[in-house]
Amino acid sequence: MSMEWYVVLSALLFTTGAAGILVRRSPLVILLCLELMLNAGNLALIAFSRMVGNQEGQVFALVVMVVAACEVVIGLGLIVALFRRRLPLDVDELRELRG
Amino acid sequence: MEEALFFVAAIGALAGAAGVVALRNAFYGVLALIVHLFSLAALFLLLNSAFVAAAQVVVYAGAVMVLYVFVVAYVGDAAEPAWEPIPGQRLLAPLLALALFVELSVAVLSSSLLALGGEGPDVEPGFGDPAAIGTLLLEKFLLPFEASSLLLLLAAVGAVVLAAHRRREEGGRAAAPAGERGEVAAR
Repeated sequence: MSMEWYVVLSALLFTTGAAGILVRRSPLVILLCLELMLNAGNLALIAFSRMVGNQEGQVFALVVMVVAACEVVIGLGLIVALFRRRLPLDVDELRELRG
Repeated sequence: MEEALFFVAAIGALAGAAGVVALRNAFYGVLALIVHLFSLAALFLLLNSAFVAAAQVVVYAGAVMVLYVFVVAYVGDAAEPAWEPIPGQRLLAPLLALALFVELSVAVLSSSLLALGGEGPDVEPGFGDPAAIGTLLLEKFLLPFEASSLLLLLAAVGAVVLAAHRRREEGGRAAAPAGERGEVAAR
């Protein structure tokens, strides 16, 4: 399989995630779309790692997965805190830092 | 054979991604993301990276998604309002996303990376297996490895602080419920 296919698929997945962030307004779904974008980046990293024949790109992908896990934990913590304060779960209404 | 597997996994990944963006119910969105993650793990296997594929399934599709499912079940499914705060958002966003895709494709395919057209060099059987990745992590990339463990610890502490913060306030709130409720209503 030619490497171009993997890279174009990665670009397509990244674009889908970006479109989701632009369209959706629920913070939960926006976090899911962020995951899509991070995974598209991972796919590109691993495709390039295979293309060069060097395993270091796979270590980069593992570090990206760690960072994504941290981002998910903090994001979900924020959503739970918002929910407990009875704030609306809508990013268009949450536009002030001190609401 | 490899082509067929690639196209099956690619269609699965794209369908999962489209499901995350399009499905109204956040719970179904999480399930679509799990399909996406499994398809990506299959693609990683096709690219000779067995350890990353296993980590993807165990850590991502297993642990992280369980966290998502719990939070979606806790928060409930908040329906998005039908009105658009930004006029033309539904129309403009796909156009901007399409522009981003065209830009990325032009940037990649017109680059002078000759190896993009090929399948990559032949690799030895141990390429991407746990032993090789572990050696790299603990020798060449020891500092980033330790830094990422520190980052994970910080994230865990931060999540506990964020999620448990309320309990102290709830004690104070029980003493003066009327004032707090009035404040919420004012919002």
